[in-house]
Amino acid sequence: MSTGAARPGTTWWPLEILLPLLNLAAALVVTGILVWLLGADPFKATSLLVSGAFGTSEALGYTLYYATSFIFTGLAVAIAFHGGIFNIGSEGQAYIGGLGVGLVGLAFGGLPAVVVVPLAILASAAFGAGWAYIPAWLQAKRGSHIVITTIMFNFIAAALMTYLLVNVMIQPGQQSPETREFEPNAWLPRINDWLGAIGVHIDPSPLNISFLWALICAAAFWVFVWHTRWGYRLRVLGFNEEAAVYAGVPRAATIILAMSISGALSGFVALNEVMGVHHRLLLNFTGGAGFVGIAVALMGRNHPIGICLAALLFGALYQGGSELNFEIPTLTREMVVVIQGLIILMCGALENVFRTPLENLLRGARAKATP
Amino acid sequence: MSDRDAESARPAVELAGIDKWFGAVHANRGISFAVERGTIHGIVGENGAGKSTLVGILYGYHRPDAGSIAIHGKPVQFRSPQDALNAGIGMVHQHFMLVDTFTVLENVVLGAEAGFILRATLQSARDKLAQLARDYHLEVDPDAIAGDLSVGHRQRVEILKALFRGADILILDEPTGVLTPQEADHLFRILRALKAEGKTIILITHKLREILDVTDAVTVVRQGQVVGQVATKDTSAEGLAEMMVGRKVILRIDKNPKQAGDVVLEVSGLCVADGMGHERLHGIDLKVRRGEIVGIAGVAGNGQSELLEALAGIRPISGGRIMWKGEDITDRPRLRTPKGMRHLGLGHVPEDRQRMGLVGAFGANESTILGYHDDRSYNGPVLLDYDAVNADSRRNMEEYDVRPLDEKLPTSSFSGGNQQKIVVAREVAQDPDLLLIGQPTRGVDIGAIEFIHKRLVELRDAGKGILLVSVELDEVMALSDRILVMFDGRIVGELAQADATENELGLMMAGLTRAAA
Repeated sequence: MSTGAARPGTTWWPLEILLPLLNLAAALVVTGILVWLLGADPFKATSLLVSGAFGTSEALGYTLYYATSFIFTGLAVAIAFHGGIFNIGSEGQAYIGGLGVGLVGLAFGGLPAVVVVPLAILASAAFGAGWAYIPAWLQAKRGSHIVITTIMFNFIAAALMTYLLVNVMIQPGQQSPETREFEPNAWLPRINDWLGAIGVHIDPSPLNISFLWALICAAAFWVFVWHTRWGYRLRVLGFNEEAAVYAGVPRAATIILAMSISGALSGFVALNEVMGVHHRLLLNFTGGAGFVGIAVALMGRNHPIGICLAALLFGALYQGGSELNFEIPTLTREMVVVIQGLIILMCGALENVFRTPLENLLRGARAKATP
Repeated sequence: MSDRDAESARPAVELAGIDKWFGAVHANRGISFAVERGTIHGIVGENGAGKSTLVGILYGYHRPDAGSIAIHGKPVQFRSPQDALNAGIGMVHQHFMLVDTFTVLENVVLGAEAGFILRATLQSARDKLAQLARDYHLEVDPDAIAGDLSVGHRQRVEILKALFRGADILILDEPTGVLTPQEADHLFRILRALKAEGKTIILITHKLREILDVTDAVTVVRQGQVVGQVATKDTSAEGLAEMMVGRKVILRIDKNPKQAGDVVLEVSGLCVADGMGHERLHGIDLKVRRGEIVGIAGVAGNGQSELLEALAGIRPISGGRIMWKGEDITDRPRLRTPKGMRHLGLGHVPEDRQRMGLVGAFGANESTILGYHDDRSYNGPVLLDYDAVNADSRRNMEEYDVRPLDEKLPTSSFSGGNQQKIVVAREVAQDPDLLLIGQPTRGVDIGAIEFIHKRLVELRDAGKGILLVSVELDEVMALSDRILVMFDGRIVGELAQADATENELGLMMAGLTRAAA
């Protein structure tokens, strides 16, 4: 299809910002109707949700604690996606990343925190990356479809971890399949403790310094994808595989690198959950964060700023949702899953419903502004 | 006046104020024109002028943002190609839409089956096909497998498909792009026969000769607007070209006699097999010297793409030797990659820039380093040096007059001609010893064609070798110092520029003089 002359100075950002907001609004409107059908007041529910997520320093802490894991997994899904790879295996990679953190916590928990924490970061990255490396290698060298293999690797990870926790790593003399507690040196400091130390008092919450690490990862993500040649290669491969061949981008190596980084980012979930909150390795600590990461990446449009905002939104839904359930028992936690589902539906499947009208609207506005 | 007379007095197709946007691109701006019944109507314009969009609207692929369409005086609104078909509009696409493993008959019936039992449809179709063949000299064996037919015959099947569905308005989009000159002449005979039977034909092309040969009236489109509508007999190639571009155009290329130097690239017995193991190139021998342009003429799909990709290191070869500046590099796997060949000093402008040569979503700046992104000049120890990237991109764009001059604009927002300039500028700026260039001006406007041709001649005069592949015979004849003709994966003839005539090349392209080669 041939097209006419391009118009210079086309602005892209109103679309990129307005579109997710519009999709979100649509999801909330549909949710509101559902809430109303369940016999509750949608406006009251919304205000409870918002105050439950942001109303107190404790609520905000919980929201950010959830958001931390979602930032990691959102970045993980997004970096693979820039290379045209759909990593569904973030959940399993996070779980195996926990094994790395758990081993470090158990073996080196007695060492000073400045040693244990970096070791744990390395271990979670290495274990997560290792778990992602296998499907990546299979895709790059053998052509096995990575969507299928990463899904299967989630199940393998779950089975492996259950086996290890039930049979090998369980604390002797107890029933529940979890390891012993790590020494306090292997606990990530909580934000309320740090702020307390400098005289700022907030209520305690599980929010820990892995949140800061997530923000650092988001910044590093931006630099890597848009300012290094490896990121450049990754994007060429993701946008146009034939151009990648033409440009001499090594396909296999690029896929493996992207998936390894993706797995490492997934593995960092374990820092937040295992080292930051539970202080021991336990079953299913990931709690579906890997899957939420897909929605977060989708809604955040694979950009770190968008991912952080989307992770905040999903964190708020998790936290506000439990408060909501507390106040209005008919709105169960499953309602949060429904909202998530609607957001994914609106942002993913129905994205283009609003795109064209919005484009036309913006163009009309521009035409008026520049006669 | 009876109804029937009134209907025939109305134009077959009438467009009024058609407007269409794609994102930020205003592809059609208030297009209005009428096509008289029983005529052949040409639509010409530079590539990127909005012709294909216009056709897409007429055939129900796109819906116009504004404006109206009337068929035989009746206003219509097409929501899909099916609506257009129902209104009697048939389309022959630039790329054929046939199922290669079906017979001609099955292809013609496909999508127009009546009832559950195929046999009945096939029988009635066979009769109707025989009738059509008699009426319009469209003879094709109904039981032949579509994949076995020649390109010209496959095109006839496309026309039959449209007629079978009752089309009385036929749109042909760049129909001669894949034909030899002789096949094109045959097509025009068919079109004249269709016209004589009262069919209306809309011919979209960028080849002025075809317009002058076969049409009755012509609409000229430029930058999404109609800039002229004339009777063909009142115009000339120069007049049309001037209307298309908006200024006087020199259709000739001036160049000095060649000063050929050392051999840069020498290939002997080159064989290439495709992914299925079928051999596509059967022993190609060729040499390119410094200071000469070697042109490869041929109908698309005779191995030219495979040859370019094999030389560029994209495709593995299955036999033969490749010599670079006298050194045998056949068994140097590290050099025989796109990156390795670039390193040796080989530039490559691929045949399909959107599929291969550019990343549409990238800004022009990032497309400027495609293939050179690992070069030291664009990289710090860790980070890409965007200052250097932007500076080079801007310098290229200024030098090649790429518009708009905005290196951050997504590559896909540039017109075809400007995209091609970005690619050519990138490859030439690396100062290659040999430039492979495929379809240098496909989808490129006349102004940019002039510019790119001039650059290629300059590069040759600077002592570089150029291997040019083009399906535009005029282009190969105008630019090349030597012309090789490819047919069915072989080089079937070589002519010096001075000795080449269109007729002789056309016969070679059809594989008719292989014995002589």
